[in-house]
Amino acid sequence: MSDQPNPWTNLEMVDEVIAMLADGSSLNLGIGIPTLVAQRIPASKNVWIHSENGVLGVSGRPTRETVSPTLINAGKETISVKPGASYFDSATSFGMIRGGHIDVCILGGMQVDTEGSLANWMIPGKKVTGMGGAMDLVHGAKKIIVMLTHFAKSGEVKLLHRCTLPLTGKNVVHRIITDYGIFSPMGETFRVEKLAPGVTRDLLGPEAGMWT
Amino acid sequence: MKTKVFENAAAALFDLRDGISVMSGGFGLCGIPENSIQEIRRQGIRNIHAISNNIGNSGRGLAWLLKQKQICSATCSYVGGNPDLEQQMLAGEIDVTLVPQGTFSERIRAAGMGIRGFYTPAGYGTLVAEGKEAREFDLPCILELPLVADFAIIKAEKGDPFGNLWFKETARNFSPLMAMAGKITVVEVEQLVELGEIEPENVHLPGVFVQRIYQGVDYENVIEIPVLAED
Repeated sequence: MSDQPNPWTNLEMVDEVIAMLADGSSLNLGIGIPTLVAQRIPASKNVWIHSENGVLGVSGRPTRETVSPTLINAGKETISVKPGASYFDSATSFGMIRGGHIDVCILGGMQVDTEGSLANWMIPGKKVTGMGGAMDLVHGAKKIIVMLTHFAKSGEVKLLHRCTLPLTGKNVVHRIITDYGIFSPMGETFRVEKLAPGVTRDLLGPEAGMWT
Repeated sequence: MKTKVFENAAAALFDLRDGISVMSGGFGLCGIPENSIQEIRRQGIRNIHAISNNIGNSGRGLAWLLKQKQICSATCSYVGGNPDLEQQMLAGEIDVTLVPQGTFSERIRAAGMGIRGFYTPAGYGTLVAEGKEAREFDLPCILELPLVADFAIIKAEKGDPFGNLWFKETARNFSPLMAMAGKITVVEVEQLVELGEIEPENVHLPGVFVQRIYQGVDYENVIEIPVLAED
């Protein structure tokens, strides 16, 4: 056994998220790493995956024979559905979310802070992707999980005392999964729920007092 | 007898003019009204106020009109994956209003359903809330207003001469909502079928919301991001 920090891979992060999901729950998956959840989740969990473009019951990828240009997820990627799936318009889709009928929402993020605020839709003057459905999702699902790498390519930590980028939602996030561990926003600090192999608290970021 | 059925896109879109607002269905390229968009490109009308989730994507769909500088303003929820829109936005050539997607669809639904406004938590505490009335319910919310358009252009898999529509898989997305919100709704279909062929239980959008319908041709139905189990 090595004491070297061994951060989780994307797939290991996905498996950590899957372990949190109750059997039979409904969940919405954001664009990016969260999409991998649909491919990794065991059928025995019997979850109902919602994609906000209008489908409940997403199930992995189609084959060359079954692929359809009219069957995609919110990331515009081709998908397949499982028996019991349904299609609906976008207002009904967001009604499922806003109305609190979806149990868990898993989103990507650029920054998240100790108050549970999330930023994931624009970098002023540099990049605008738009919020898509994220601003609706963060207020609707019963549990909001954010998946993101712990550090940006520039080396800056993405888990902050307060987000510096424009917010997607304020006080909305319940749980955060990074390649370094699992965290819960507690107001002024993050509670460390679990750390990846070999990762110690002093590796989590420059502000030592932020991790409890 | 007055009919809603038109010969083709050119016949159905006979009264377009500069400066109109146009709602276009589709999520990315899924379910976009290809024929009507191409006809708008052919006519070359300008200063269009486009209302669509993505305003085209990957250089196609409404991006055909962006390339020709026919669109002066865009109301949408997502810019990612649409380099034409992002370029024109950063260059200040187009006025872009970003709307959270659930608010976007509900504003369109509200317009069609006669709802004059609604409160939603989406966007509270963000840039989206600036200048909007806020009100405290169980959660703090902001007031959002209906979104209408002079024309709605949408595509359905099947439609009949009354305008009853049936959509395939996730191609439904914003289309039935926009059909309700458009002052003039122009539908193109993969299959124009006889009255009664879509069973009443299976009508996704009742024809009363539709003013014009035509049989579409030469669909590309591009798959934007193919991901297969074999990969």
